[in-house]
Amino acid sequence: MTADAMAPILRIENLCKSFGGVTATDAVGLEVLPGETHAIIGPNGAGKTTLISQLSGLLMPDSGHVYFKQCDITRLAAHKRAHAGLARSFQITSVFMQMSVLDNVALSVQARAGHSFHFWTPARTIRKLREPAMEKLEKVGLQDRAGDITSSLSHGERRQLEVAMALASEPDLLLLDEPMAGVGTEESARMVDMFKSLHGMTMLLVEHDMDAVFALADRISVLVYGRVIATGTPDEIRSNQDVVRAYLGEET
Amino acid sequence: MSIQQTEQSKPSSAGPGAASRSGQRLNAERIITLIILAALIVVPVAAYYGDARYWVDLATRLVILSIAATGLNFILGYGGMISFGHAAFIGLGAYAVGIPVFHSINDGFPLIASNNGFLHFVLAMAVCAVFALLTGAISLRTRSVHFIMITMAFGQMTYFAIVSIEKYGGDDGLTIDLRSEWPLITFDHPLVLYGFCLASLFVVMYLVHRMVNSRFGMVLQGAKQNEERLRALGINVYNYQLTAYVISGIICGYAGALLGNFTTFISPEMMDWTRSGELMFMVILGGVSFLFGPLIGAAVFLLLEESLSRFTIHWHLPFGVLLILSVLFIRGGLSGLLQKLGGARDR
Repeated sequence: MTADAMAPILRIENLCKSFGGVTATDAVGLEVLPGETHAIIGPNGAGKTTLISQLSGLLMPDSGHVYFKQCDITRLAAHKRAHAGLARSFQITSVFMQMSVLDNVALSVQARAGHSFHFWTPARTIRKLREPAMEKLEKVGLQDRAGDITSSLSHGERRQLEVAMALASEPDLLLLDEPMAGVGTEESARMVDMFKSLHGMTMLLVEHDMDAVFALADRISVLVYGRVIATGTPDEIRSNQDVVRAYLGEET
Repeated sequence: MSIQQTEQSKPSSAGPGAASRSGQRLNAERIITLIILAALIVVPVAAYYGDARYWVDLATRLVILSIAATGLNFILGYGGMISFGHAAFIGLGAYAVGIPVFHSINDGFPLIASNNGFLHFVLAMAVCAVFALLTGAISLRTRSVHFIMITMAFGQMTYFAIVSIEKYGGDDGLTIDLRSEWPLITFDHPLVLYGFCLASLFVVMYLVHRMVNSRFGMVLQGAKQNEERLRALGINVYNYQLTAYVISGIICGYAGALLGNFTTFISPEMMDWTRSGELMFMVILGGVSFLFGPLIGAAVFLLLEESLSRFTIHWHLPFGVLLILSVLFIRGGLSGLLQKLGGARDR
């Protein structure tokens, strides 16, 4: 590997964001290396979603910088970040309910393929949209439901669809905002397997489910009150005294 | 949505049950569609030769309104943009016929003074495109109720602008003394005019069908369902919605030019907000986001209007009750109801 390949794909420097008196992101610094699964954990209200929203462009930070593939994207609009190769899955399932499952993914492929000012050819007959879409559905294990209307999917299946849509934009970095949120035990185990099979793709994972995080992450950053208090491998984090204190209370 | 669903079932790996169900639905719909098409061709011709001109006129009005409603359905049904000002486009289209004819008879405005049909229709569509671009660019910065109100405001603005132009009749309206002139055909023959309108309706419906299922259409429908998600996918929704709004305005302008030729009398009243409301009723009554919805909605609307107004001058009252009932109890409008009767359970 060249030095360039090992340069962080995402670098966050001194990022700050506050809402009124509440500091949701407090001088956060973080690096995501190519190919790693990097997890962000933290107790409720630690500012995880605020952080990921600033990375995807839905919120603008007060100060600090976000570098993606060496470019400063701190103030780039959300749709431009998506084009640059930064895809996001939503904490609250966000899909197109009245379309078929395959349509959802195909629309994501279409967004990646360039502008959509094509008025004539039926979109559902375009193989360069349908085939990659089907391939992504196979990756997340939803191929059997491709033709079904999305509103008929279970909660867990919708989460899988989310991931397929994010994959369809062929991202360099996948932002996963609590992909297991609200998913039952059985489905969550299936999703852990799915993410394991995606290993090698650069992922930034925000997740509550500790079993999932420790099973998937190469490195973990712990966020408490908007600050990163520790970054390291799962083993390092497990034995880190600050982290234990943050999770179990001051007295421990 | 009928044709859409057949295409959808192609890549589907759903069970055979689903396939046969959609086949059944297709047949019921296809039969009804064929009946409508046959009636649209047979009834006016029979009426004309049977000396029942009234039915020819009614059919012409129906077809013209269907074109406009199809234009509105494109953004309202498929795009989720509830425009309450679309009568303005119809009015502008009609005045794009009336004003050139006015100047070709009286002097002035030599640039557009003409009876040429091509000039009238191109002018109607161009004016509506520009008007849609300007008003859409502003309106589409708002959403939901605000969008409804601002489109209505632009509609009313146009209404009052035309009222204030004394030269073209102002409040009293303008009589179009000559219809648009074409090579080979004449709009003075009611069946020729009707045939032209009907052919236009088919072309417009086909174009809308193509657009709705194209990549552009997927974005348009996606924006209705989940705008935020489209943006996260990297799509600048505004540009697509504005384009759709302009296309919709052009279709309604075209319908307006036809309407001017049909009624030969135009007045600002045709762009009043109640007219926009009627257009919306047709779309909703027929079933939003169904290709044939606007045609069915316009047909039922006109028939109800004609029949109820024979019993009472307060025909709006029972009419309103029927509309409320249809909105409350038949989801998907009349097209949705037809599909249900055709055996579809999953909508």
